[in-house]
Amino acid sequence: MAKITYIGNDGQRYEVEAENGSTVMENAIRNGVPGIEAECGGACACATCHVYVDEAFKEAVGEPEPMEEDMLDFAFDVRPNSRLSCQIRVRDELDGLVVTVPERQG
Amino acid sequence: MNDTTAATASEVIEKDVLIIGAGPVGLFAVFELGLLDLKAAVIDILDRPGGQCAELYPEKPIYDIPGFPVVTGQGLVDNLLKQVGPFKPSYHFGHMVESLQRDPDGRFRLTTDRGAVFLAKVVVIAAGGGSFQPKRPPVPGIEGYEGTSVHYAVRRMEDFRDHDVLIVGGGDSALDWTLNLQPLAKSLTLLHRRDEFRAAPDSVNKMRELVDSGKVKLVFGQVAGLRGDAGQTTHAVVKDKDGKEIELSASRILPFFGLTMKLGPIAQWGINLTENLISVDTARFETSERGIFAIGDINTYPGKLKLILSGFHEAALMAQAAVRIAAPDKKIVFQYTTSSSNLQKKLGVI
Repeated sequence: MAKITYIGNDGQRYEVEAENGSTVMENAIRNGVPGIEAECGGACACATCHVYVDEAFKEAVGEPEPMEEDMLDFAFDVRPNSRLSCQIRVRDELDGLVVTVPERQG
Repeated sequence: MNDTTAATASEVIEKDVLIIGAGPVGLFAVFELGLLDLKAAVIDILDRPGGQCAELYPEKPIYDIPGFPVVTGQGLVDNLLKQVGPFKPSYHFGHMVESLQRDPDGRFRLTTDRGAVFLAKVVVIAAGGGSFQPKRPPVPGIEGYEGTSVHYAVRRMEDFRDHDVLIVGGGDSALDWTLNLQPLAKSLTLLHRRDEFRAAPDSVNKMRELVDSGKVKLVFGQVAGLRGDAGQTTHAVVKDKDGKEIELSASRILPFFGLTMKLGPIAQWGINLTENLISVDTARFETSERGIFAIGDINTYPGKLKLILSGFHEAALMAQAAVRIAAPDKKIVFQYTTSSSNLQKKLGVI
């Protein structure tokens, strides 16, 4: 289990207890975090679950795979800490993770 | 693929059933209708069969198709094409359906954006998430320049002659048009987020040669805004890799940000919708309009699950209802493919 904090595109904080093995996107959808669309359902085939990973967790979360980098080309306002949340799997080391939802999805 | 018809306005294609959408559910509908002797035409906006399975996740594994512990999107599509092969549907790729009307004889008349005309007794909408259309990048105010300065596809290369062309993206479309438009553009800039491209290596090499010889300007960054007036852009405001804003001359802009799905003209056909999905009953999967059915991800009903297997079930029940409209005098005897020599003959296995 890991506690994840989402900062939605409404500026509100959403705290979620997430199970290991689930994705950061799935937990956002289940808990109605605004601004995560996840149009393709988690197949890394769109770029509508884009989040910014808090700098403190950038290393623990890791770098995107090449396929995810390709999809990030379709996202809006991509930054060095951009990730697609469907590609981040929850594990104990991510306890306390904070991700920010961009103003809009691609 | 045979039977791919580039239908023109001069011919009218007559079938028992028109299926809109060549995804897995649309393809399986050909099978269920075929067992009941109904001939189908399949229309899709993409240039090949498979819908989302082929377009979004051809290589991704699917684990919930009954009887297949694992199958890829493309693998499933290939199998379905083989399975429906005996019924010889006509396929019409690269067509977007436009209008649907009922003729005096009760048949439906459907037209596409390429001028094809179809006539059929039954229409089956199996359009999944809708038709694939180019994605509009979320750049403020971009709508105001669409069709004049901003284009999502090149219809006529001449429209780009002597213009400051800005191409945004790093895939095959972006690279292909960089190579094709460079000779006639006044200037050509390729803007991409990073120095890696998802395009054919040959195109990337050719593009780099043009950059080295000064014929193409390659910029790394993202579009943040557009400048211009009266629907005509003059510049794109670009945030470069270091977050610094720069301006690029651009009187023609081609953003290639992939595809998204939209319901499109189907929304104007007068059938009942619930939040952009088509409402159907669960015995026939018929819409509010008699003779128009909707199956797969595009429909909704209490308890709906957007699963391919649910779409297959819907196709089977739809076919039983459709045959009563398309062939009202036909005596329907329920049969199994395992034991019915009649069905096996249709499948070409005996």
